[in-house]
Amino acid sequence: MKILVCISHVPDTTSKINFTENNTTFDTNGVQYVINPNDEFGLTRAIWFQEKQGATVEVVTVGTAEVEPTLRKALAIGANSAIRVDMPALDGYAVAQQLAAVVKNGGYDLVIAGRESIDYNGGMVPGMLAAMTGANFVNTCISLEIDGTTATTVREIDGGKETATAALPLIIGGQKGLVEESDLRIPNMRGIMMARQKPLNVVPPVDSNAETQTVSFEKPAAKGAVTLVDAGNLDQLIDLLHNEAKVI
Amino acid sequence: MYLVRFRESEHHKNKAGTIKVTAIKNKIMSVLVYTESENGAFKKTSYEVASYAKGIAAMLGTDVTAIAFNTSDAGELGTYGVNKLLTVNDSKLEKFTAAAYADVIAQAAKQENAQVVVISSTADSKYLGSLLSVHLKAGYVTNVTALPESASPFVVKRTVYTNKAFSNTQVNTDVKLLGLSKNAYGLKENTVSCAAEAFAPTLNENDFNVKVQSVDKATDKVTIADAEVVVSAGRGMKGPENWGMIEELADVLGAATACSKPVSDLGWRPHGEHVGQTGKPVASNLYIAIGISGAIQHLAGINSSKVKVVINTDPEAPFFKAADYGVVGDAFEVVPALIEKLKAFKAANA
Ligand SMILES: Cc1cc2nc3c(=O)[nH]c(=O)nc-3n(C[C@H](O)[C@H](O)[C@H](O)COP(=O)(O)OP(=O)(O)OC[C@H]3O[C@@H](n4cnc5c(N)ncnc54)[C@H](O)[C@@H]3O)c2cc1C
Ligand SMILES: Nc1ncnc2c1ncn2[C@@H]1O[C@H](COP(=O)(O)O)[C@@H](O)[C@H]1O
Repeated sequence: MKILVCISHVPDTTSKINFTENNTTFDTNGVQYVINPNDEFGLTRAIWFQEKQGATVEVVTVGTAEVEPTLRKALAIGANSAIRVDMPALDGYAVAQQLAAVVKNGGYDLVIAGRESIDYNGGMVPGMLAAMTGANFVNTCISLEIDGTTATTVREIDGGKETATAALPLIIGGQKGLVEESDLRIPNMRGIMMARQKPLNVVPPVDSNAETQTVSFEKPAAKGAVTLVDAGNLDQLIDLLHNEAKVI
Repeated sequence: MYLVRFRESEHHKNKAGTIKVTAIKNKIMSVLVYTESENGAFKKTSYEVASYAKGIAAMLGTDVTAIAFNTSDAGELGTYGVNKLLTVNDSKLEKFTAAAYADVIAQAAKQENAQVVVISSTADSKYLGSLLSVHLKAGYVTNVTALPESASPFVVKRTVYTNKAFSNTQVNTDVKLLGLSKNAYGLKENTVSCAAEAFAPTLNENDFNVKVQSVDKATDKVTIADAEVVVSAGRGMKGPENWGMIEELADVLGAATACSKPVSDLGWRPHGEHVGQTGKPVASNLYIAIGISGAIQHLAGINSSKVKVVINTDPEAPFFKAADYGVVGDAFEVVPALIEKLKAFKAANA
C-alpha cells in the first residue's frame, strides 16, 4: 500500500498573529512553524500502516524552501520520503491542483490530508483533491482501517459518528481520533539522523491558478474588560445575562 | 499557508469597482442556498444561510432559490427571503452522501444560473462544499462572517488563523461559493412568498461509492453545533465523577456540554466534546467555561461565541481577559448555587 500524507506547514498554536505591510502580509517574526496538528494525527496513522501493514509513506507539501524543516520533521517521525512542490501556497484551489498532479503521478492507494489547516482554515484541500482526481473522499475522519482494497472509516458528524466503507483509492480529511494523542511521536535522535539520508524531492509546479486571494487582514476588535460578579451574588449574574447580554 | 499576497487578477485590473456583476445579460442570475433539513424540518442554520443569501441577492439585484433534500414543504423559508424552493425527493438520497449531494446541488446551480451559492458550516455542508466548488469551478470561501463589502470585485470577510484574525478575501471566479460561519449573520426576516418545485437530478453511480453503514447519534442531546448555549468544563473539575453538576447546568439551560482538550485526552469526556483550535469550534450565543484556564488554543476555538462567562478559582486565569462576565470562585460551590438560581429564574419567567 502506498500512502501520501499532505502536510501543511503552519504557525505553532501559541503564535501571536500579526500582520505587516499595511495588513497584507502575515508577520513571521518570532513565529515557530509546525506540522499542522490535524496532519500530525494523519501522519501517525500512516506510520501505523507502515509498521503493521507494510505500507510506504510519502509526505508532500506545496511551499517554498522554508517548509523543508517541517518535511524533515515528518521524515524523522518515520515517513519514507518527501516531496516539496516548489510553489508558494496561493490558495486552497491552487494547492489542490498541485497535489492532484502529485497524486496522479504517484499511484497512491490512500491520501491522508487534514480536516483543515490551522492558519487558512479552508477545510477545502482534501475534498477539492478528491473531486479533481476522482478518488473517494471521507471528511472529518476519526478512524480508518484498511483491509485489502477496502477502507472502513468513521466520520465525525454534528452530535455523533457515521461509519462508512469505500474502496481505495481514498482521500481523507483527518483529525484527532485517527490515533490517540498519546501515540503522537516526537522525533528522536535516531529518527533525526535517518531523516537526513531520506529523499526529499523538490518538484516544479504544474500550471495552476488561484481562485481567491487575500486583499487585507484584520485583527478582531479589542475586548472590553470583564465584569466580575461576586460568588455570593449570582442573582446579579443571571440579571446581567438576561437583561444586559440577553442570552438567557 | 496560503497567505502570500497574490497579484491583482487580470480580470479586475482595469475595471475594479466599475463593472456591475448584474450587467451580464441574457440569462437571469440567482443566488442558490443549500438548506439542510432533518426529519423533514429545516435546521435553524438553514434559516440563517437563507437570510444571508437574501442579503447577497439584494446586493446583486436578484432572487434567492433554495434547494433541500427529503422535504417538500418550504417551512419558513419565505420568511427569510427565499422565493423558490427546489425539493429533491429520491430514495437514493435519503441518507446524506456528500458526493451525490454535491453533484445534485451543482446541477441545480447550473439550472438556476446561480452566480453565488451559499452553504452553512455544518459538518455535512463542509464535507460537500469542496466537492461542489470543483464541480462549479467556483472560488470557495469558508468561515464567512459578513456580507461582501463589494460585489465587484467580490470581496468577503472570513476568519483565518482559527479566529485570531480576519481575511478580506477576493473571489475571482464567475461563480462564487460561500460557507457562512454559524451565528455570524443571524436570522433576518424579509418575507416573500415561497413556492416549492420538484427538482429531479441525474444521479451518477459513482456518487455512491462511499457507502454509509451506520449512524450513531444521540437524539436526546443538544449538539455543540446546534446549541445556543454551551456549558464547558476543564481540568479544574478534578475528575469525571464531578460532571453531574455540569450536565445538570447544561440541562437547565438547554445547553450542550463541552470540555477542554486535556479532559478528553484523559478520557474524562468523549472526544466529540473537545473544543478549541484542535477540536471543535464553538459559535454559540453563550459559552460558560468552568475550571478552564483559557489557554490560547482553547480560546481560539471559542472566540466567535458571543458572550463568555468564566468561573474559576484563580483570578489570574487568562480566561478572565477573554470573558464578558466572570465569577472568581470554586466551581464546586458556584455551579450548584447557579443551578438553583437558574431553576428559580426559569420558574419565575416561565
Ligand atoms: C498543539 C496544541 C493544541 C492544543 N489544542 C487545544 C484545544 O483545541 N483545546 C483546548 O482546550 N486545549 C488545547 N491545548 C491545550 C492547552 O494548551 C491547555 O493545556 C488546556 O486548554 C488546558 O486545559 P484546562 O484549562 O482544562 O486545564 P488547566 O490549564 O489545568 O486549567 C484548569 C483551571 O481550572 C481552575 N480550577 C482549579 N480548581 C478549580 C475549582 N475548584 N473551581 C474552579 N476553577 C478551578 C484553575 O485555576 C485553572 O485555571 C492544545 C495544546 C497544544 C500544545
Ligand atoms: N500547502 C499545502 N501542502 C500540502 N498539503 C496541504 C497544504 N495546504 C493544505 N494542505 C492539506 O490540506 C488540509 C486542509 O487544508 P485547508 O484546506 O487549508 O484547511 C491540510 O490539513 C493538509 O493536509
